[in-house]
Amino acid sequence: MPGLRLYLAQRISAMVMTPLVLTHLGVMIYAIRGGLGTTEILSRTQGSLLWGSLYGLFVITVSIHAAIGLRVIAYEWFKLSGLLLNLFAILVGLGLLALGGQAVYTVVLA
Amino acid sequence: MSKLSVTKRGDFVKMCIWRGDASGGSFVDYKIPVSETQTVLDAVTWVQRNVEPGLSYRFACRVGMCGSCAMMVNGRPRWTCRTHVSKVIKNNQIRLEPLRNLPVIKDLVCDLSDFFAKWLKANGRFVPTATREHPVKKISPLSRQRQAANAAIECINCAVCYAACDAVEQYPNYLGPAALNRAWTLVNDVRDDGKRERLRAITADGGCQCCHSQHGCASHCPNELNPARSIAGLKQVAVTAIFKGEV
Repeated sequence: MPGLRLYLAQRISAMVMTPLVLTHLGVMIYAIRGGLGTTEILSRTQGSLLWGSLYGLFVITVSIHAAIGLRVIAYEWFKLSGLLLNLFAILVGLGLLALGGQAVYTVVLA
Repeated sequence: MSKLSVTKRGDFVKMCIWRGDASGGSFVDYKIPVSETQTVLDAVTWVQRNVEPGLSYRFACRVGMCGSCAMMVNGRPRWTCRTHVSKVIKNNQIRLEPLRNLPVIKDLVCDLSDFFAKWLKANGRFVPTATREHPVKKISPLSRQRQAANAAIECINCAVCYAACDAVEQYPNYLGPAALNRAWTLVNDVRDDGKRERLRAITADGGCQCCHSQHGCASHCPNELNPARSIAGLKQVAVTAIFKGEV
């Protein structure tokens, strides 16, 4: 069952994600229509504080938002509860954070 | 076959009524003579008076005021005293069950104890700020708060919204649309003095945050109220309260 603070965290993360999703879609369309290749894209993102911050924030908000959403689904559909439910949500959040973090690291810092 | 053609005087329809109690039950078919203006409640009453005297169901006013006669009619919760047979008949039959999300007592009668207990749990009781010795407080019917309260106040406690709500089904502790709708009317009542306790109640376990905004309550409410909108209002109040450190 969602507590009020989890409810709030999910709504705030959704609010932050909205412009980030739109920006991401815009960037994807621009990159494809402009015919940019992998090397050209990486040359723009490597070492960029702007892209690193933008996608870093994106990964953090996705991890929070999806973990809380899946926690609700796990409770309602699979009847997980208590410690198991919270453990599931934390693992989902950390997993998404690790995967997304690795992607951001590769595109911006590696 | 058109709906009206099977409900002329002298026609019959099949009524499948759930018979049983808390330990279980099954559907029993009855053949009912119908007329064009007959309500579902009329048809149930006909069964009890003519075929099955042991059939249990609830009703009182028969004019859509008391909220006693709600049942599942062809899978949807409805007030049966204001539901014409001709409007809901499907394949020449009507299927009646006790309200969803509530424990069955017998046949079409549910135990509404939890439903009303949740009204109390949501602090649905008006807490007066004045006594009869005080002058009557003047409240403009045009004020924003009074209009918000008025929009939600005509609830007849029929539990149709409660039966229509998937969140109630998923969360047994969820206060439900009717209780929260009542809380919203009091949140907007400037004469009420129970706001702090009510805020705690609507934000606690089973509070307004459990609502998925599916609007099943609003689409089924026989009085055309919109409990989902009331709950959305409560969510705004709750979020504001978090930032103010009140909950």
